[in-house]
Amino acid sequence: MEKAVKPSAKTQKNASERRWGMVIDLDRCTGCQACVVACHAENNVPVVGEREAASGRTMHWIRIERYWEGEYPNVKARFMPVLCQQCTQAPCEPVCPVFATYHTAEGLNAQIYNRCIGTRFCGSACPYKVRVFNWFRPEFPEPLGEQLNPDVSERSRGIIEKCSFCIQRLRRAELDASASGNPLADGAVQPACLQSCPSSALIFGDMNDPESHVSRLALSHRAFRLLDFLGTDPAVIYLKGGETNV
Amino acid sequence: MSDQPEPSGGKPTPPESLEPSEQVRGRLLLDQRTDREIDEAVLRPMFETGPRFWILVGILGAIVAWGIYAWIYQIYWGMGVAGINRPVYWGLYIATFVFWVGISHAGTMISAVLRLLKADWRRPITRGAEAMTSFALMMAGLYPLIHLGRVWKFYWMIPYPNNRFMWPNFQSPLMWDMVAIFTYLIGSTLYLYLALIPDMAMARDHTDGWRYKLYRGMALGWRGTQGEWHKLHRALSIFSVVIIPVFLSVHSIVSWDFAVTIQPRWHSTIFAPYFVIGAVYSGLAALAAILVIVRRTMRLQEFLRSEHFDALGKLVMVAGMGWIYFWFSGFIVEWYGNDPVIRELIHEEISGGLAPFFWLQMTANVLPVLFLAFRRIRTNPAFLLALALLINVGMYTERALIVFGNLERNYLPFNWGTYRPTWVEVSVIAMTFAGFILLYTLFSRIVPYVPVWEIKEGRLRYSLRRIGRLLVPTAAEIE
Repeated sequence: MEKAVKPSAKTQKNASERRWGMVIDLDRCTGCQACVVACHAENNVPVVGEREAASGRTMHWIRIERYWEGEYPNVKARFMPVLCQQCTQAPCEPVCPVFATYHTAEGLNAQIYNRCIGTRFCGSACPYKVRVFNWFRPEFPEPLGEQLNPDVSERSRGIIEKCSFCIQRLRRAELDASASGNPLADGAVQPACLQSCPSSALIFGDMNDPESHVSRLALSHRAFRLLDFLGTDPAVIYLKGGETNV
Repeated sequence: MSDQPEPSGGKPTPPESLEPSEQVRGRLLLDQRTDREIDEAVLRPMFETGPRFWILVGILGAIVAWGIYAWIYQIYWGMGVAGINRPVYWGLYIATFVFWVGISHAGTMISAVLRLLKADWRRPITRGAEAMTSFALMMAGLYPLIHLGRVWKFYWMIPYPNNRFMWPNFQSPLMWDMVAIFTYLIGSTLYLYLALIPDMAMARDHTDGWRYKLYRGMALGWRGTQGEWHKLHRALSIFSVVIIPVFLSVHSIVSWDFAVTIQPRWHSTIFAPYFVIGAVYSGLAALAAILVIVRRTMRLQEFLRSEHFDALGKLVMVAGMGWIYFWFSGFIVEWYGNDPVIRELIHEEISGGLAPFFWLQMTANVLPVLFLAFRRIRTNPAFLLALALLINVGMYTERALIVFGNLERNYLPFNWGTYRPTWVEVSVIAMTFAGFILLYTLFSRIVPYVPVWEIKEGRLRYSLRRIGRLLVPTAAEIE
């Protein structure tokens, strides 16, 4: 069970490097969408407006997938937050002609907005369909424009964007740790979705540290990874839900 | 090889000798015609542009202008004005791209393969086929630009290092695509131009005014010496050999745009040969359609004969059977594999929302093969035109189904979607169709549509000999 659900470290230069990962406890998720809102606020994700949203062009970097189980009246709603799975073997990376999406040394699947020319090849290649496209010039209707996060670049139209594991927060935490001389503590990095989750369904940390919270949770018998059979080797681990009945 | 277009000054005389030569049949164009008569028969339609021609050019130009407006509109507002959406990130633009690349295939196949095989019936149709290749590729080459989110940054895909010494990603099939298409475009255009030089010289010697200047420039000072012919033949044989692997690789690479992803039904090893055979199928059919139309509008009945349509129809039929085989091999394996997503996709195609397209595709691609088995249908231009257009409707539908049909479903049912093109996409696609016809129409009035020197060469190569009562064509080794 121990080996089963962990992103492999083999593509990294040395195993002592960090491998950021997230654990999502489906039993805890209530589908409240606080993470979606927090992500929009933190990462300057544009709000596309009513009409475009109705045609399915919302730009959420994390979305709550809702599935119904059973027949009325015995219906269960299942919620599954899906964000970029930060695959070790990411299908989106090799297809980009301009290296707008690439693999960092930490195993993160990074997106460089300024390099993107908008072929949308990565969007077609991604089996999780977590990559969103700026169909129009992003607009932030007042007063949203007042709360843009200065740490995150605004994107232009015609490019792909996606969840970055709040890389600006990662870098800030690393800088703070190295400035204070202390090692980066487990749980010091909090992506916006996780910070806003009222039921603590999301847990973030270093998968290469066997003592970290995520590593220990990943040992659970409930652990699985989304579409694991595709061999994408994701860094997001789900804990199976079963008992929730909404 | 020793054949030279005879320089004969002055304007083409009104050729009353040109009776509709349906009666004078002869597969090898061995009619009793002088070289000069052939020159004039080919050149005459180029000068006679009636009002209908200009009306056609006007209509096509209007469609192109509207399409350019739609494209600018899309660039100005963003890709959102097109109907593509998550998860259908690629829609009709990419489907039309694949379609045009497919159309471009038959030109080279007819010309290069048949030149190598020394199939003499190819002679009158090679130029039309080569021109089709070049123009279709030009239209195809627009689509990677049209569908870019930031088209003004398209040159970032061109393989040279940027100011940070970073090259484009050579792992990406789009990169391969661009290299392959540019190679093919340059190669096929050079190939078209090489074979054009002697005819440009021929046209130069028959014209004056702006046409004379144009032809003089394009003939590159061709005089028709022995050495020039020798070099031309060598260049053409080298090109015919070299361009065949290029033409096979181009559509393989286009298919890998899809096959290298892990999208269900795209992720298939049969895609490369399947796409190539489909390209040849639709391309040959398009060529047949174009030849029927050109023959009628430019009154080239003398050169484009029912024998050519017969042979072309056979090729189309063979390509069609190949397409059916490859389609079935791909389909049966996926159906038998019974993967849940693929099962859903197949269900969607056969009896779901995509069913009309699927059955249109099957009908339009399979039925013509059955009809083309009959010689009388192959040699009937109207029938052949209808079948060729039907095949292209079928092949277009097939590409559309592959591109957006398969993207509508994926592993996570929450992300299933549908696709509906908008007026912008339809206008831009209409622009490329009108643009292709426009380029081809103008080309046929500026450049001798039938390669005169090749026909003369063929006439030299063969002679009729009487053996007893039989009239037997004999071939001389002149190439």
